[in-house]
Amino acid sequence: MGEVGKREVRVDAFDKATGRTKYYEDLMPAEALYARIKHSTIAHGFVTAVDTAEAEQIDGVVKVITCFDVPDRPFPTAGHPWSMDPHHQDVADRLLLNRHVRYYGDDVAVVIAENEVAAMQGVRALKVTYEELPFVLDVQKAMEDGAPQLHEAYPRNILNHTSIRNGDYETAVKEPGLIKVEGWYDTPTVQHCHIENHGCFAYEENGRMTVVSSTQIPHIVRRVVGQALGRPWGDIRLIKPYIGGGFGNKQDALYEPLCAYCSTQVGGRCVRVDCSREETFVSNRVRHAIRSHIISWLRPDGTFAARKLECFSSQGAYASHGHGIVAKGMGAFPQQYPCPNVEGDAYTVFCNKPAAGAMRGYGIPQAMFANESHIDECAKAVGMDPLAFRRQNLMPVGFKDGFSQNENYFDSYNQCMDKGKAYMDYDRKIKKYAQETGPIRHGIGVATFWYNTAVYPISLETSSNRMQLNLDGTVTMQCGETEIGQGADTVYAQMTADVLGLKSYKDVHVVSCQDTDITPTGLGAYASRQTYVAGFSIRQTGDLLKEKILNYASELNRQAPYNMDIVDGNIVRIGDGRVLMSLSELAMTAQYNPVHSEHLTAESTYTIRNNAYSFGCTFAEVEVDIPMCHVKLLNIINVHDCGRLINPALAEAQVHGGMSMAIGYGLSEQLLFDEKTGKPLNNNLLDYKLSTIMDHPHLEAEFVENPEPTSAFGTKALGEPPACSGAPAIRNAIYNATGVAINENPINPHILFKRFTEEGLIQD
Amino acid sequence: MYDMSALYEAQSVQDAIELRLAHPDAQIIAGGTDVLVQMREGKRAGKALISIQKIDSMRGVSLDEEENLRIGSLTSFTHITNDPLIQRYINVLGEAVDMVGGPQIRNAGTIGGNTCNGVTSADSASTLHAWDALIEITGKNGIRRVPIHDFYLKAGTVDLKVEEGEIQTAILIPKASYDRTFGHYIKYAMRNAMDIATLGTSVNARLSPDKKTFERVRIAFGVAGPVPLRATRAEAFINDKEVTLSNIEAFGKMVLEDINPRDSWRASKAFRQHIAVESAKRCLMESVTLAGGEL
Repeated sequence: MGEVGKREVRVDAFDKATGRTKYYEDLMPAEALYARIKHSTIAHGFVTAVDTAEAEQIDGVVKVITCFDVPDRPFPTAGHPWSMDPHHQDVADRLLLNRHVRYYGDDVAVVIAENEVAAMQGVRALKVTYEELPFVLDVQKAMEDGAPQLHEAYPRNILNHTSIRNGDYETAVKEPGLIKVEGWYDTPTVQHCHIENHGCFAYEENGRMTVVSSTQIPHIVRRVVGQALGRPWGDIRLIKPYIGGGFGNKQDALYEPLCAYCSTQVGGRCVRVDCSREETFVSNRVRHAIRSHIISWLRPDGTFAARKLECFSSQGAYASHGHGIVAKGMGAFPQQYPCPNVEGDAYTVFCNKPAAGAMRGYGIPQAMFANESHIDECAKAVGMDPLAFRRQNLMPVGFKDGFSQNENYFDSYNQCMDKGKAYMDYDRKIKKYAQETGPIRHGIGVATFWYNTAVYPISLETSSNRMQLNLDGTVTMQCGETEIGQGADTVYAQMTADVLGLKSYKDVHVVSCQDTDITPTGLGAYASRQTYVAGFSIRQTGDLLKEKILNYASELNRQAPYNMDIVDGNIVRIGDGRVLMSLSELAMTAQYNPVHSEHLTAESTYTIRNNAYSFGCTFAEVEVDIPMCHVKLLNIINVHDCGRLINPALAEAQVHGGMSMAIGYGLSEQLLFDEKTGKPLNNNLLDYKLSTIMDHPHLEAEFVENPEPTSAFGTKALGEPPACSGAPAIRNAIYNATGVAINENPINPHILFKRFTEEGLIQD
Repeated sequence: MYDMSALYEAQSVQDAIELRLAHPDAQIIAGGTDVLVQMREGKRAGKALISIQKIDSMRGVSLDEEENLRIGSLTSFTHITNDPLIQRYINVLGEAVDMVGGPQIRNAGTIGGNTCNGVTSADSASTLHAWDALIEITGKNGIRRVPIHDFYLKAGTVDLKVEEGEIQTAILIPKASYDRTFGHYIKYAMRNAMDIATLGTSVNARLSPDKKTFERVRIAFGVAGPVPLRATRAEAFINDKEVTLSNIEAFGKMVLEDINPRDSWRASKAFRQHIAVESAKRCLMESVTLAGGEL
């Protein structure tokens, strides 16, 4: 008993560390054909012809499929739950291959071959001719009249525009004595860089289509493949084995529809699509680059009279997750620092770049970079310490959001900042660093983050679960919330063990692989919801199974079910603690009872109609070498209140990974495009500066544990929050060290050179 | 799966020369850390390869009869960094090649490949230029030696004659070059590992016996032009000058007269120039300290 809260070893640790874990490529049938994709080499235009003659002559090439061959049946790709309301369904703007190409890297044709070399030779031998159109890369230029138009249905390329109007901004700004702080903030296009590129294979069997994919969302991809192929969803079987990370990129249908289609074009033979890293950067999904404009009107005492936000989210060529990202970021604005008079406008705009989708944090890393950078400038404008300014203005205890019904039950922000401040030795260092004037300077920055756990009430939240008592007294458990490297299976085992009274989490066998023919329908892994959401159905299903077990035990032991419990894997009489029998004895008897044989199993669905705030902060300490335009990160700590920790070791690992992502976002990562052609310039891991272990100091992860009252196990979001506040904390540390405000990330040496030159710190 | 038409494995230098003469279009491959990457990108797709990986006589560091340091072309970066002769006579080369890629690349990649690739950003190249290395080339007519400065013909092209069956077999650092000489290398890159230099600066100094005067200072840059280059005007300025901060400051500024970095999406010309000046100063200051001088 009491597995929840322990630092248990991951259930998949041994196999993953020794290379035994099977990913989609390890399950590949030997006879699989290779499908390789011809991508467009223009940013915008129409394919007028694809000459396949030479490719078809190559030894080993089986079939060439071009954009002129595929059905005109648009489908959506976003990994959102289906909505019964047609107006809330995802935008269906994708075809399997495109005559109208909308970004440099769009999919034009496929070569299917018996081996990879032949497939690549075939792709190189295809001759594509285009009718080129003007293209636009900048989000605000794409909104101008006369800008190149990507999709007919969206004038000025605006996919969506939503607003916030709280109080009366225009009147509020007229209050005498207000101080205006205004800034523009730019965040970059970045990519998830999960270690395993997306890939999949597909084949037909008995008239049905099986797809094995590196995805986060098997049940949703099943539906999308059905939509794309125009076949009943039940015709599709989607299998998700272990995957090497996703971070949201695989919360989209990527190449599963095309792969399945290819199989149908070669008589149902197995076809594989394996993305290269270069393709992963460009032809999967990226994080939305968002430009934000913030105006704050402050009273001299540092309180807000009115605030205004405009944000422009660069959607890229296709809708994917669309407006949800910037809408979430804007939603945080009036909540994180409440103010009675707020105006907000968010636009999501198509442009000729790779499609942006979900990525860890879903709009919040962008929003926090803008808002938390701006907050430091507000603090400076009224002469307050940035920490004191935050304590005065952050969301107070008792705050309730009208839309989500989320409530701030605890003083998480202050508790987290207290821990961060103590770890950093903040007061002493801030005083000491303020004296520095030389070429090498130091500083400390803080940033907080706002987050919520799941997607209620915007989308459905549901979790289904199946449990089965095995003959040895262990329990097998299945659910649709997927293991994607975050350690979900391990915490599920811990929670299941506790609900059922098993001795150890090792007595729970979590079926890691989701197979839509077998696994209870679930929505997959996204948001920061797996532990929170699965917890409800684990608890409910565990209670159902326990009830069945105790009822059967009642038959065997002549005791009332309510007088018995399961403790450490035994049926125990509550009154005197006597062990009546082990679960194994019970299971064996139940199974082989010649009079009443019973397979003890339970299955249930829980619809979640709650969501939960999750707050915390980052403190970062930097050394800035001004002449070298170089920032060295000396110290960094994240503090999170994610409720009760199910497994503290895994929680720390989750935070470390997010901090690493935030360091790259803050200092080095950015996908670049050639202004003249729209061509991606650095879609490889050499030129795209993902940070390495050599760029990291020790990553400190600490927690405040206020049990979340709406949660089945007291837990709430930790998946995405660690990636949200690191970049602005680093930015604010540089601001503290040098006095130079840098309002775009990544803050790489090029930006430092430009800004230090502008501010006179560098004179050549 | 690589798109290669054939793989020939040379067993000796002579064998490699013969294979080269027999297959003039084939690509020499050593550690493969550049060639295989290029093949995967399709740049050398379909080519035949001549592997020289098994020629052990081309591996290792030694002193010849004239006490010149001889580095076999197949010597890996890891080997160079850990070699006692390198550490004793030209430690900066070991430090420079320890900044190549990551550990796996440094175990596989060779100094011969690093120079034969002919790129300006190679981490070994600026130090080899700054130390007047000689390139030993072996072909059907025997051995010739060329100064590294002449070995680099243009970006991506080095002085190896396929029709002569030539391969690079060693790199030499003459005794006159390393004697009483101490150097420092700054790799300026966008991250601390797995990166290619935005600018490479290698400086070495020999001080007068009383450590008050610069006897000989040499400086070379990578990525300051299409091939690695020396800043000869800055060298001429500082030689025989007193060891002072103001002289070092002036030396730093003078490198701008010799270098010619370009604007690219990877870095602007102005940024590279700025970093070159700062790096030159810092490298020379560090070289002075290593040489026992004081500032």
